[in-house]
Amino acid sequence: MTSALLEVRGLCAYYGAIQALHGLDFSLAEGGVTCLLGANGAGKTTTLRALCGMIRATGNISFAGRPITGRATEDIVRLGIAHVPEGRGTFSRMTVEENLQLGAMTRSGRAAIADDMARVYGYFPRLKERQNQQAGTLSGGEQQMLAIGRALMLRPKLMLLDEPSFGLAPLIVEELFGILRALNENEAVSMLLVEQNAALALELADHAYLLETGRMVLSGSAHEIGSDENVRRAYLGY
Amino acid sequence: MELFIHQVLAGLATGGIYACMALAIVMIYQAIDHLNFAQGEMAMFSTFISWQLMQWGFPYWAAFFATIAISFVAGVLIERIVFKPLDGAPVLSHVVGFIALFAIINSLAGFIWEFTIKSFPTPFGTKSPFGTLINAHDTGMIAVTLVLLVLLYLFFRHSRLGLAMRAAAANPDSARLVGIRVGWMVALGWGLAAAIGAVAGMLIAPVVFLEPNMMLTILLYGFAGAVLGGLTSPGGAVLGGFSVGVIENLAGTFIPVVGRELKLTIALALIVAVLTVKPSGLFGRRVVSRV
Repeated sequence: MTSALLEVRGLCAYYGAIQALHGLDFSLAEGGVTCLLGANGAGKTTTLRALCGMIRATGNISFAGRPITGRATEDIVRLGIAHVPEGRGTFSRMTVEENLQLGAMTRSGRAAIADDMARVYGYFPRLKERQNQQAGTLSGGEQQMLAIGRALMLRPKLMLLDEPSFGLAPLIVEELFGILRALNENEAVSMLLVEQNAALALELADHAYLLETGRMVLSGSAHEIGSDENVRRAYLGY
Repeated sequence: MELFIHQVLAGLATGGIYACMALAIVMIYQAIDHLNFAQGEMAMFSTFISWQLMQWGFPYWAAFFATIAISFVAGVLIERIVFKPLDGAPVLSHVVGFIALFAIINSLAGFIWEFTIKSFPTPFGTKSPFGTLINAHDTGMIAVTLVLLVLLYLFFRHSRLGLAMRAAAANPDSARLVGIRVGWMVALGWGLAAAIGAVAGMLIAPVVFLEPNMMLTILLYGFAGAVLGGLTSPGGAVLGGFSVGVIENLAGTFIPVVGRELKLTIALALIVAVLTVKPSGLFGRRVVSRV
């Protein structure tokens, strides 16, 4: 196993007075794809939000050897963590091109940014066709592609993906996950994936954790978890 | 006919000032969702600063640009010191903050420079290039406003910082996720609004004369312009400002009952009418929120 890119110990997170995560421990290997599985309300989205400082969290989070617990979202992002939030969070009244520009906001170097823009358009040719269209007028699949493309513009070391398949047609989902796999392999982006669609997630991931009401109940290689009959029936529902 | 054209042009000239005030209001409104009542007083104070600089012997344009820079810094400081701590506070806290700012700036100006009315120079001379149709200062006002608006348009459309500021105003959460320092973008917005207000103040001062209450009515017209255009649309605010200027002038001239005295009523009537008939303004976006 390669060194851990993300190391989390005793992560607790709170919404106001309500504690949503109760001491999570997990780690993510450099270059790996790890998925967080669990039912609605298990704390998957909360975990991602806690990792990038969007809600109050305690515990130890270290990213590439640096502690990041309690730091401001924009500082964490600048370290190379790109969050693709649930509901995609695109700037709906701005054009596709502007959205991608915004992804590179923390970087300097016009030429490198232009290169990356071309690369994103290479992965998502449909965004190229729509580059001057307002993001809000794109279809759900295209918006998800835009959100991922925008995250890529940061040149992230780690991408946090929150339900990328949500609300999309099966064919689009397949295409999207194919691209995610390619990104992981070609761009050396590690990924932490949150998915309701466990079968899909386990296919892409090499490691999986199972969350239940704010606690880790199981971890293992994606293959182990996916092939364990009891786990599948009890937690993954297929 | 000549009277009509004359009034329209004069209306466009003051309308440009209203447009600047409306734009300053909308910029802050977009960033923090509140109307800055103190916008006019900030502009008035800036105008006094430029007057003071000229008293100390600065040439007009040096004082003009120095004042813009000073106002920008002051705007940023006001946000950092007064309104950043109020982030997330209820509406009323903000309202009280604005009123306090209004009162403080107003009395401070009176304290330093006294409430006597002062004349303020115009840099545009007295000879108009268009003869009797429009006077030199009005021509200058229109020109400067247009230059300012074009510069702002270019800044917001074609610079990375402008893009970041738009993103921070449109969707703060997503903006943070791409690494934009949203708090600083809000402060920059205050700085820009203060600088735009300063330009408006310095341009209108030769017309309304310099004194601590000079911007009261101007701000009302600015509000009317912003509401007419829609508080969420900078372009709309500018058009709204120009329209208010023209409407005000035409109504004052051609509707006998209105005359000079009731001109201000037009601004208020316009605000009420827009809010009842089309609350989102001509170009604004309707905001639907879940409760």
